[in-house]
Amino acid sequence: MKYLPLIWAGLWRKKARTIFTMLSIVVAFLLFGLLQGINQGFNTVVQNLDVDRLYVTAKTNLTDGLPIAYASRIKAVPGVRQLSYWTYFAGYYQDSRNPIPAFATDPTALFDIYKDLKIKPEYLQAMQRTRTGVLINEQLAAKYHWKLGDRIPLGTSIWTNKDGSNTWNFDVVGIFDSSALGAGFPGFYLNQSYFDEAAAFGRGTVHYYIVAIDDPAQATAVSQRIDALFANSTNETRTQTESALAQMQLKQLGDINFIVNAIVGAVLFTLLFLTANTMMQSVRERTGELAVLKTLGFSDGKVLSLVLIESLALCVFAAAVGIALAATAFPLLKPIFGKFQMPGIVVAMGAGLALLLAFVSGFAPAWRARQLNIVDALAGR
Amino acid sequence: MKTFRQIGAVTLMNLRSLPQRLGTSAVIVIGIAGVVAVLVSVLAMSTGMLKTLTQAGAEDRVIVLRNGSASEMGSNLGRDAVRLIADAPGIKRDAEGRPLASVETLRLVNLFKQSDGSEVMVTLRGVGPQVLAVRPEMKIIEGRMFRPAVNEIIVGKAAKAQFRNMNLGDQITTRGATWTVVGVFSSDGSSHESELIADAETVNGADQRSGFTSVIARLESPQAFQKFKDALSSNPALAVDVSRERDYYERQSETIGKVISVVAYVVGGIMAIGAIFGALNTMYSAVSERLREIATLRALGFGATAMVISVLVEALLLAFIGGAIGAALAWLFFNGHVVGTTAGGVNGHLIFELTVSAQLITTGIVWACVIGLIGGLFPAVRAARLPVVEALRAV
Repeated sequence: MKYLPLIWAGLWRKKARTIFTMLSIVVAFLLFGLLQGINQGFNTVVQNLDVDRLYVTAKTNLTDGLPIAYASRIKAVPGVRQLSYWTYFAGYYQDSRNPIPAFATDPTALFDIYKDLKIKPEYLQAMQRTRTGVLINEQLAAKYHWKLGDRIPLGTSIWTNKDGSNTWNFDVVGIFDSSALGAGFPGFYLNQSYFDEAAAFGRGTVHYYIVAIDDPAQATAVSQRIDALFANSTNETRTQTESALAQMQLKQLGDINFIVNAIVGAVLFTLLFLTANTMMQSVRERTGELAVLKTLGFSDGKVLSLVLIESLALCVFAAAVGIALAATAFPLLKPIFGKFQMPGIVVAMGAGLALLLAFVSGFAPAWRARQLNIVDALAGR
Repeated sequence: MKTFRQIGAVTLMNLRSLPQRLGTSAVIVIGIAGVVAVLVSVLAMSTGMLKTLTQAGAEDRVIVLRNGSASEMGSNLGRDAVRLIADAPGIKRDAEGRPLASVETLRLVNLFKQSDGSEVMVTLRGVGPQVLAVRPEMKIIEGRMFRPAVNEIIVGKAAKAQFRNMNLGDQITTRGATWTVVGVFSSDGSSHESELIADAETVNGADQRSGFTSVIARLESPQAFQKFKDALSSNPALAVDVSRERDYYERQSETIGKVISVVAYVVGGIMAIGAIFGALNTMYSAVSERLREIATLRALGFGATAMVISVLVEALLLAFIGGAIGAALAWLFFNGHVVGTTAGGVNGHLIFELTVSAQLITTGIVWACVIGLIGGLFPAVRAARLPVVEALRAV
């Protein structure tokens, strides 16, 4: 403790240099926190998706679709609590540059499966009564200024309706809050029953089934039961947890992960070099002073630890500031990713890296200080 | 004139003393090399992706989609519509008078990557019988062309290199059919090389769908575009979007290209700030080490401008070396590096090579020089403002 002022004085011997070094470490850890944080954050979000939700898709490819007739058979499988489905309705509003993530579904069942979607019960009842009704989320309502009771003409490049037109008119009967599930979650639902009736072709098909199960521990067993039902039929199914499906889709991004790691590696290497160099320079300039300390009776070990602690203080403090800055950026990402926060593991990794950085950059100069020969050093040799 | 001579003399003196300050000078060089290497590598990704996609578009080809379609995958054209489109004026015809048009349909197929066994969705493109005349750059490089009405496919060169089960004789399963690989094709390095290709009618027959996604046609000349487009838009039986193929593929890569560029500039920008601090450190210590020298020169009558410029030149030179090293590293490690991704706006899994172009290298070196300039400016001003008497007394 009594050496604190000494270390402090050593750190601020050259103010500008210490501040610049500190700032460059802050910047590096800010980058590290952002990149690794987002990377890990994604993984945590994906892994934490409820395991009590299963997705049933066509085995060949999830865009191939399944017959609507499967619904009653899947619902009868033991362990299945609730069932809904999605049919992709490639919609756009006014111009194809305004795509709308619209899906035809059974809304009552869907909102029962996704408890995180917040909606007033009367909206769901209105949806049941109104064949042409749609439920939209708050973001879409705000973006296009849609209100309850509005009639929305939605274009689609895939589905022609029986009038031979590819513009469909819908009535807004409810608005819901999907913020807990992030911006990637679709926010526009129409009645599958109406869609099925009005479409000129492709009737009787849904893109995938969403199944809520009673007991998450039974996820694998229920999946196998569902897939066994349709084995060797023309439309074989593939059932997986929502989390497994999301992980698969994340993997589709492919080699992006490698690039992120390469960047972090380059940043940290560059920084290590910078800090090590500054520490070395600072010790070199203080050769005389360190020799005086030794003359006063400071042991070799003590001089070594003084220099090491100095480097430790600098690195750890700057790293903490960098990671804290990155963490404050995370709430800004919440509207995009939903439940999203700085993962603890990244903070721990950052702390570990800061210690490593301090040690690697401080050790060589500290060792030099330890080995210092008093007579030579005082003589300036 | 005198100022110029002074500048020359002082700058040379500075540069000659550089070897004595190797350690601190390396901070600037390595710091900037890091920034430029990261910036150039990330931008090489979007450049490579853009190149692969735009390579698929030819000047004299058009793509016709259902109106309002953001991409081929989101388009649906009926049989009557595609017949009308293929017969429209402006399309080049072969010796027998048949239009050079390929009516196409797309599916996604689950395949596994060779590298890590992960599952990806790959485009299976059903094409018309005229496809080789419509896309003359497409060449069979192994095996033979598929025959219509039997379940045969040919696979792109890049697909063969990346995915499992792509050798001649291997089988691929889709809804309602099992296909045999009978050939491998190349296509000038375009995005089609990431795809599998079969006969459109056979693809539609396999899963009993009747719609098509697009019509690709070769025009009589690039100028025939307006004639062709007008003919289609004035036909009341059609509701379609007509684009030059090159424009279409540029639009496809726009969003993802933008995302990658934003990432590159944000990450590069933050790193650059870090490197500026490093450069400031180096140049300040360079100035403070030469305190006595600078004060002496000033006392001898050398002007402030000479001091400023000598420090700036040193910083710029070091930054330039750093930038060149960074760009060279990016080129060495990443140019030609093959990556695959399924990203927004692109239909199936797209395989492309990272491309470090001359333009990217220039961008990197410009960034390096700007960092060097900022990092050198403040220390240079300090060198110039040094109170001569105090500086001389201090040493």
